[in-house]
Amino acid sequence: MFGGIDPALLIASLMGAAVPIMLAASGELVVEKSGVLNLGVEGMMIMGAICGFATAVGTGNPYLGFVGGAAGGAALSVIFAVLTQYLLTNQVATGLALTLFGLGLSSLIGQGYVGIKPPATGAVPFGPLADLPFFGKVLFGHNWMIYLSVLVVALVWWVLKYSRTGLVLRAVGESHDAAHALGYKVTRIRVMAIMFGGALAGLGGAYVSLVRAPLWVDGITAGAGWIALAIVVFASWRPWRVLIGAYLFGGISQLQLNLQVAGSSIPVQYLSMAPYLITILVLVMMSSGRARASLNAPAALGQNFHASR
Amino acid sequence: MLRLEKRPSPSRFWQAATPVLAVILTMIAGGIMFWILGKNPFEAIRTIFWDPLFNPDFAAYSRPQLLVKAAPLILIAIGLSLGFRAGIWNIGAEGQYIMGAICGAAAGLAVYPVESRLIFPVMVLAGALGGLVWAMIPALLKTVFRTNEILVSLLLVYVAQDILAMMALGALKNPEGQGFPGSRNLGQIPAMANPELIAGTGMHWGVMAAFMAVIAAYILLQRHILGFHIKLAGQAPRAARFAGVNPAALVVLCFAISGALAGLAGVFEVTGPAGQITIDFNVGYGFTAIIVAFLGRLNPIGILFAGLLMALTYIGGELAQFMLGLPSAAIQAFQGMLLFFLLGTDLLANYRIRWAKREVV
Repeated sequence: MFGGIDPALLIASLMGAAVPIMLAASGELVVEKSGVLNLGVEGMMIMGAICGFATAVGTGNPYLGFVGGAAGGAALSVIFAVLTQYLLTNQVATGLALTLFGLGLSSLIGQGYVGIKPPATGAVPFGPLADLPFFGKVLFGHNWMIYLSVLVVALVWWVLKYSRTGLVLRAVGESHDAAHALGYKVTRIRVMAIMFGGALAGLGGAYVSLVRAPLWVDGITAGAGWIALAIVVFASWRPWRVLIGAYLFGGISQLQLNLQVAGSSIPVQYLSMAPYLITILVLVMMSSGRARASLNAPAALGQNFHASR
Repeated sequence: MLRLEKRPSPSRFWQAATPVLAVILTMIAGGIMFWILGKNPFEAIRTIFWDPLFNPDFAAYSRPQLLVKAAPLILIAIGLSLGFRAGIWNIGAEGQYIMGAICGAAAGLAVYPVESRLIFPVMVLAGALGGLVWAMIPALLKTVFRTNEILVSLLLVYVAQDILAMMALGALKNPEGQGFPGSRNLGQIPAMANPELIAGTGMHWGVMAAFMAVIAAYILLQRHILGFHIKLAGQAPRAARFAGVNPAALVVLCFAISGALAGLAGVFEVTGPAGQITIDFNVGYGFTAIIVAFLGRLNPIGILFAGLLMALTYIGGELAQFMLGLPSAAIQAFQGMLLFFLLGTDLLANYRIRWAKREVV
């Protein structure tokens, strides 16, 4: 069954496959830690994908493309922030609306970009290290986004655990009334968290259209945003587990792609539904039992805050 | 400085007025979007909302389409609205719609070429059952393992799409189709067809089912204890538990109803307007129905009108695409905007906006 698949190449490529969901899930983790449930990750990712693509094609610079992707995701998340934080709308419904709107708008912006090739994102030059057997391919042969994504996870972990900002953010997510009574600006902190999440989702989306694919078609993120949401639950709201989860799912989706290419006897559709089915299976395992993940969820998750005094 | 003051109970006036306000705001924002796209906004809005109904050149074709497009939206939205009222989020109706179509078509094609009056009713039942069973997956995972139903139901849409591709290319492929993907055309098989019942109206069995669903849901919510339980569970979950509402049973029931209705929509579509199972059979009715449910304020009568309005944007969108070269994605973005405005203006129903001087603390 694994005939013709090189393990070093598989590991190297699964790290690439994991980047979009890892970035988007780290962003959503921060958003959820602040007590907001943004189900619009898929919409923000695809907006990041097209904005990043358009910027990269327009400027000819892939790095500016990633900046554009992050800006696109953050811009869309502002709509969510205004609706849920100032107009106090239902977070589930607003998140869904964000996804539906993002899918439509991205396809509208993307009209002229079908069939264009974006500028290539180069690998980080590690010199002789990249020639090491096995480790050269696995650790030192990547583009800089792969290293950045790990860095983002580390940063999110450090900020949430050790910094004052992280402490305030967690307080807002656990009890907005208590945080408000202590004088913290609950709404402002949540808006910032939502925009941070939007920027990271956009960055992940830009990675899909600029590096993974690299091209633009409608609906290119293909549910990666929803898998990112599932990974936050899988990770029990712990940043390093996001990394594990993303590599796990990156591995599964990469493996099924490799099997498709290698001409496996399993029908293509079974292979392409595997990542979704396994995500569901993992969600089930994480959500039941005594050590279930939901016990670790931020206490104020999904509740709107309205200061009556 | 503006201040929000929570109303003791939602304003009845604004509850009825906000959908209208949202539609007007969407027309303005959409007009700006069309203007940015280089189209005349007034012409675009007129083409979408007026021409399909009243322009003599198009109305003959467009008016029947209104019911054809509205029927699946209303059927699905009615089912979803029950769950949404109870705080149960089935957002995978698209998948249940696909599975309903597949199961219905498979039931009919299994006995091909037998001709019998019983085949169509059996297909309809199989379709409803297919959607119901598919919806039971998130419902049971939710009740047994406490798994998040939003994520599971949504992820199953992607699985259903893969199954659809598998069926169109494999088990249900037309053996006489010269190798093209897609099933036999069910519309051309008398025993399986879902034809227009009254010529020139677009009325088919799915439209009848949609009207019946509206009436049934209205009675359920207004007159039946179950409707009361659904509303109670949404507004005050704790009180509902004291009143003897079983939350697990409610989850299963809401998913069962919405899944079965989505499956019905799928089977009526595949036997009627669509005609056959193809790879791209589903066009997003399951997602648009979410907008319809909210636009109708989760109220059966409201959903009836919301479904017709949303069908109008589909038909008008096609017309605008044809007449003005407006991209079809623009309509999708337009529908998304409508949901934003709808949710945003809801504030007026639940809060009073007061002008308050900044207080010195």
